Amino acid sequence: MALDAAWAVRWARWSAEVVVAEREHLVELDRRIGDGDHGENLARGLSAVQVKLGQVPVPDQVGEVLRLVATTMMSTVGGAAGPLYGTAFLRAAKISGVSSLSPAAVVAMLEAALEGVVSRGRASPGEKTMVDAWAAAVGAAQEAEGAGADPVAVLAAAADAAEAGARSTVPMVATKGRASYLGERSAGHMDPGAASTAMLLRAAHAAAESS
Amino acid sequence: MSVALVVVSHSALVAQGCAEMARQMAPDVLVVPVGGLDGGLGTSVAAVADAVDGCLGDGLDVVVLTDLGSAVMAAETAVELLEADAAARVRTPDGPLVEGAVAAAVQAQLGSGPDEVARAATGAVPALGPVLPDGPGAGQGRGRSDVGVGTDAVTVTVTLRSPHGLHARPAALLARAVGATGVPVTVDGVNAASVLALMKLGARDGQELTVAGEGPGAGEAVAAVAELVRAGLADA
Repeated sequence: MALDAAWAVRWARWSAEVVVAEREHLVELDRRIGDGDHGENLARGLSAVQVKLGQVPVPDQVGEVLRLVATTMMSTVGGAAGPLYGTAFLRAAKISGVSSLSPAAVVAMLEAALEGVVSRGRASPGEKTMVDAWAAAVGAAQEAEGAGADPVAVLAAAADAAEAGARSTVPMVATKGRASYLGERSAGHMDPGAASTAMLLRAAHAAAESS
Repeated sequence: MSVALVVVSHSALVAQGCAEMARQMAPDVLVVPVGGLDGGLGTSVAAVADAVDGCLGDGLDVVVLTDLGSAVMAAETAVELLEADAAARVRTPDGPLVEGAVAAAVQAQLGSGPDEVARAATGAVPALGPVLPDGPGAGQGRGRSDVGVGTDAVTVTVTLRSPHGLHARPAALLARAVGATGVPVTVDGVNAASVLALMKLGARDGQELTVAGEGPGAGEAVAAVAELVRAGLADA
């Protein structure tokens, strides 16, 4: 099915649903190596996105939906996830001013999001942050697109890789973000930002498979 | 005033308290606190953006000061939301929040531009530690080798004539005068180009101050600074 504005709206709604459902899980992850507010903040922000989406007609372009997600999260998430996801979706929105995404456009959208997260958080892969999930997703999406996958399959590859990227943060010692305050003690726990990134990208894929 | 300050913290109380202190030092400077979310801790990018927009709309350039982690990210994100020409009028310097806000406000009160105000905030860091006599000009345009070791050293003792002592505004006046000479000058051993370093001296009216400088131009610079102190740091 087409990755159009209606898909983007479903993506945002499903993201909200999955994060609200997984709120306690994210809170628990963040409680171990952070300040415990990631699940709460993200659930609040994405719920606000849901409300916002219900108040406006479905836009024509994918980018307009992503922009609404970005600006709403920026003003409602509160913690570091607000600027990080806000910037990711804002950068993604800027290059998604089309009625539906081609495979190359899906890759470009994910690349823009990764670039936004990296420039905002100044983290690199391997530092136990959401970058580990985003970077894995971008790499897999590029590969899938290069192999001729359709847009939905590109998203599937990205979602699988994001989950693997999130799992890869478990043994890592954090060197960026709040968890870095714990040093060696941060090892053995999944990074909550990487975990939520995997949830959002899984929602993107699931929203594309339904019609 | 051409520059407004936006003070951003996760805590509304921190932002408000910091703005209160900055305003006291610089009553004519617009200082806008932004902090908290839904009555708790947090930072709204939109709230930062609104505050910055409001200042820009008033024709003021903006220096955004932040405390920790996500407040910094929120401020940077807010700037990213601006159009390029508006973003060019905003600075987001690093620096300790309270000391940086005070130093920046004093600098803004002097009518400085955004770059100078931002530098004052950033420069508030070294002013808190042991202060070395390397004022403005050191390391830029003039090599260290130009400063003779043990040569051209000038020391003058003057009596401070400033009814309320060397508080923010006379300190700012003095720091600016020292900055304008481009020569490293110290007052009682601290960098006289630093507003905060001068304020920390806590010098009172009638107190003897030792003004010292070294290297080319030190004689004139020290004499000018001493004269300013002696004259009572007028208008301050």
